[in-house]
Amino acid sequence: MITAERKPLAEIIDCIGENRRILLVGCNECVTVCAAGGRKEVATLASALQMNSMRHGKTLDIREMTLERQCDPEYVEQLAPFIDQADVIVSMACGCGVQEVVRRFRNKRIYPAVNTKFMGASEGPGVWAERCHGCGNCLLGLTGGICPIARCSKSLMNGPCGGSSKGKCEIGSDVDCVWQLIWDRLKELGIEDQYENVIMAKDWSTERGGGPRKIVREDLA
Amino acid sequence: MKTESTLEKVFNAGHIAVTGECGPPRGALPDKVREKAELLRGYVDSVNITDNQTAMVRMSSFAASLILKQMDMQPVLQMVCRDRNRLGMQSEIIGAYSHGINTMLCLSGDHCKFGDHPMAKGVYDLDSVQLIQTVRKMRDEGKFQGGADILNAPKMFIGAAANPFADPFELRVARLAKKVRAGVDFIQTQCIFNIDKFETWMKGVRERGLDKEVYIMAGVTPIKSVGAARYMKNRVPGMDVPDHIVERMAKTPKDKQAQEGIDICVESIQRILSIEGVAGIHIMAIEWESAVPEIVKRSGLYPRPQV
Ligand code: SF4
Ligand code: SF4
Repeated sequence: MITAERKPLAEIIDCIGENRRILLVGCNECVTVCAAGGRKEVATLASALQMNSMRHGKTLDIREMTLERQCDPEYVEQLAPFIDQADVIVSMACGCGVQEVVRRFRNKRIYPAVNTKFMGASEGPGVWAERCHGCGNCLLGLTGGICPIARCSKSLMNGPCGGSSKGKCEIGSDVDCVWQLIWDRLKELGIEDQYENVIMAKDWSTERGGGPRKIVREDLA
Repeated sequence: MKTESTLEKVFNAGHIAVTGECGPPRGALPDKVREKAELLRGYVDSVNITDNQTAMVRMSSFAASLILKQMDMQPVLQMVCRDRNRLGMQSEIIGAYSHGINTMLCLSGDHCKFGDHPMAKGVYDLDSVQLIQTVRKMRDEGKFQGGADILNAPKMFIGAAANPFADPFELRVARLAKKVRAGVDFIQTQCIFNIDKFETWMKGVRERGLDKEVYIMAGVTPIKSVGAARYMKNRVPGMDVPDHIVERMAKTPKDKQAQEGIDICVESIQRILSIEGVAGIHIMAIEWESAVPEIVKRSGLYPRPQV
């Protein structure tokens, strides 16, 4: 899933400025799961903004809405009846959701209330970790199913570097060395011979190297 | 012979090769490079010129290598994957070769986090193994990584690093094999303080016959003080400084520690040279180039052969 963290309240307040009518839009997908921008977080942010405003002798007119999926035009359409009554939109979805709202409603300022982080998975309660960079040409089949692009600090395809120590990455003892994980996994599977196959220089044109990416499925169009 | 590299000639003639190291200055100070290089002249066959070592901005390896060339000394151009993509790397290689620089070392590079620009974006378009492949393809096939022909392809003698002290230890020989497979010609190891562990690694290397396929240079570093020993032991990722070395330095009076460091280094070299498969010594006397002549002489590696 896509993970996110809410921005500091002060930054959001700063964005809103003098605007009083706010459409605060959450998303029911990834940001709900990682507790950054779902219905609950929308409510929490709304009261925090309201309280701050009241301290300055003003009240805000905040409409809270949490869409099923903010990155999907079908659900974004549900905002249409409320757009005119808002001075600004504040979105708690990931960057994709924010931009889908922008695509539909051209004449309204929108501010993100979360920092979109990475594609990852939950490692335990309250912990999410990066798993995939969306490189566009998955090589997990070569690395025992563990991604060196997203999880090695240097994206080394033929690691580990000389800084790997006791299973940890050279950048810090709180980061696993992914090449240690890959090696352990290859051994578990009894395919450690595979390690010596050189993984060739990557064609990054399927990643960001090729510019903004798009998938077009004629069969679905 | 694949190249005109002095280092290759030394190996080829069956000598134990000796290389030193020069870290370029953090400013436009060409005289600093000359000063450091001059201390090494005649005591090493080639001098590694580091590439933004420890992720700190310095004079570029190519520029400092060129200064050595102008002094009629032989640089080893170091190149890290952190700071350039494959276009930048290949153009630098052509440029360096056009100035007679014919020996290089392919490295991943320390992570930006360690340096003075932790906010920088690391490039890592290629990794060190893929860089080796790239340089070899340029030399042996006369082709760029992307496949197009090169006019007058650069003939680089290709080096890489190996760290027998990093984890997981059991795959460190396999990693060397991977670099050999990619086409590396010589290896310089991480500084060796734990000689027992290095011996174990070399045994694994010999069992696979890798010492016959690549020239292995053992890396050594003279320790200047007990503080430096402790720092390397505790703070430098992938360094293995055994307690007995730290204790030996700690027991030595402060004003004699530098000499003790040189003694330890010379003893290490002597022991390392008795290990089968070692083809050279790489002396990393960082900011202490003046120690190199004594180390080389006392290790019986002086004078250097004329090739
Ligand atoms: S190889 Fe690419 S697509 Fe596969 S997990 Fe890694 S970044 Fe994602
Ligand atoms: S220590 Fe491991 S994870 Fe960290 S940069 Fe090196 S190979 Fe990658």
